[in-house]
Amino acid sequence: MIKLNPKLSQKLSYTILFLATVLAVVPVVVIIFIIIKNGASAITWEFLTSMPKDGMRGGGILPAILGTLSIVTCAIAITLPIGVCAAIYLSEYAKNNLLTRIVKLAIVNLAGVPSVVYGLFGLAIFVMFLKLGVSIIAGALTLSIMELPVIITTSRSALNSVPYSFREASLSLGVSRWQTVRYIVLPNAIPGILTGAILSISRISGETATILFTAAAFSVPHLPHSVLDQVMTLPYHLYIISTQIPNMPENVIFGTALVLLLMVLTMSFVAIVTRIYFRKRRKW
Amino acid sequence: MSKIEIKKFNLYYADFHALKNININIEEKRITAMIGPSGCGKSTLLRSINRINDTIENVYTSGEINVSGENIYGDEIDVDALRRNVGMVFQRPNPFPISIYENVAFGLKVNRIALNKNIIDETVERSLKAVLLWNDIKDKLRKSALNLTLEQQQRLCIARLIAVAPHVILLDEPCSSLDPVATQKIEELVIQLKDRYTIVVVTHNMQQAARISHNTAFMFLGELIEFDKTEKIFTNPSKRETGDYVSGRFG
Ligand SMILES: Nc1ncnc2c1ncn2[C@@H]1O[C@H](COP(=O)(O)OP(=O)(O)O)[C@@H](O)[C@H]1O
Ligand SMILES: [Mg+2]
Repeated sequence: MIKLNPKLSQKLSYTILFLATVLAVVPVVVIIFIIIKNGASAITWEFLTSMPKDGMRGGGILPAILGTLSIVTCAIAITLPIGVCAAIYLSEYAKNNLLTRIVKLAIVNLAGVPSVVYGLFGLAIFVMFLKLGVSIIAGALTLSIMELPVIITTSRSALNSVPYSFREASLSLGVSRWQTVRYIVLPNAIPGILTGAILSISRISGETATILFTAAAFSVPHLPHSVLDQVMTLPYHLYIISTQIPNMPENVIFGTALVLLLMVLTMSFVAIVTRIYFRKRRKW
Repeated sequence: MSKIEIKKFNLYYADFHALKNININIEEKRITAMIGPSGCGKSTLLRSINRINDTIENVYTSGEINVSGENIYGDEIDVDALRRNVGMVFQRPNPFPISIYENVAFGLKVNRIALNKNIIDETVERSLKAVLLWNDIKDKLRKSALNLTLEQQQRLCIARLIAVAPHVILLDEPCSSLDPVATQKIEELVIQLKDRYTIVVVTHNMQQAARISHNTAFMFLGELIEFDKTEKIFTNPSKRETGDYVSGRFG
């Protein structure tokens, strides 16, 4: 074996690690750059606030924005409370027996199921069996089931990060187990739970496959007015205008992508700020 | 008069027999010390007296522990009420990450012992005075409890207990994370509190046991070897193991 001198091998490994980092960052920067460069010119007030025109080649993307927002809002409103309750049960109450371990394992693995599978499930259960039709609510229910494992997992790790000594201190004051969860554990876990929730929101904002089966329409000539409406959504709209419509102005495609990107990035940014804010305040 | 009677008490962590047939009577409004080498079961026994061990899975017990004449391992016991009567101070100070005031008021508010703001204010003040912390911090009640020194934090943890008016205070090596000066101050506090509370203190520090307690229990490998007046344990123990331990020949 060739023995490199320590200085040289230090330099070499440093360079390799640095290049790997660059490789990870460069594509993201390039993508963002291209989208901004080609799409910024399309972003106007009118683009954000009006209906599409001329077979989607002109006008705006308001229905797609509202469609995505309403599905995501409904989905998180369903999944967050259920997920947090399940996480509390699993972390604070469930006995550590075989059944619990199987449930925990199943939850971790469910997070890895491809979204298109959830889409088909949603189509079968919500759209057809429960006769909700292709609609906001069917899409939101499907997405909430898809996000449930993620919410449960992030909430559980937030709950588990609250020191055990806080629980003991509270119990030894004669405070009941539930009140300990309610007044000590949960408040200290909220930052972690919120961060997880916001990242979930940004993940499902860009979700396409599930929505395709359960909520999205090619084109809807009006804004959504009930949860039983079909809607346009940003990711699906983006897919349509970039593949199905001839002579589509390029800046509209990139402009739509930019709006979606901004929505998702804003959400991630909010998550980061929340985390930093709460991290600064706690000191254990 | 004995406040706590432990009778034929056994405890298992799964199949590990951690406490073996323990019998002790703990006197009311006295300080009882538990000494013994690390791992002999002192914390386990202490944690059995307010059933905080219930939170650990696979713990099995047999025998009785009577507090004020009632078997706390009986079927009808209200564990939350028991813990309000029998409070516990832990090895590492563990104030909640909220304000000093809220720490002391926490048990009162959540247990609905007091809901009136004036009564809560009074109780907070009285509890902080009882642990001699009031003068140092009366101007920073709204500051986070985590900014206090470790000694102050441990005092705060005792004040937090006192606020819910327990009869018994269990202390598990309350000074082990403190320096000698702070240790001495906490000892003085514990001695002061004995007039109003029955106190059981676990310590690995024999001088501490000798300084503050009336009675001392010596434990070894899950068994209670000897339980007697502190003076007797340290000057003229009946069992050879006790003598070896207190004279520093092992442990
Ligand atoms: N949660 C637990 N699970 C299993 N064994 C434990 C647990 N807690 C303590 N033990 C064991 O019980 C024995 C007594 O522990 P402990 O009461 O903490 O001793 P001490 O406080 O005297 O140092 C030790 O052998 C320890 O390893
Ligand atoms: Mg111990």
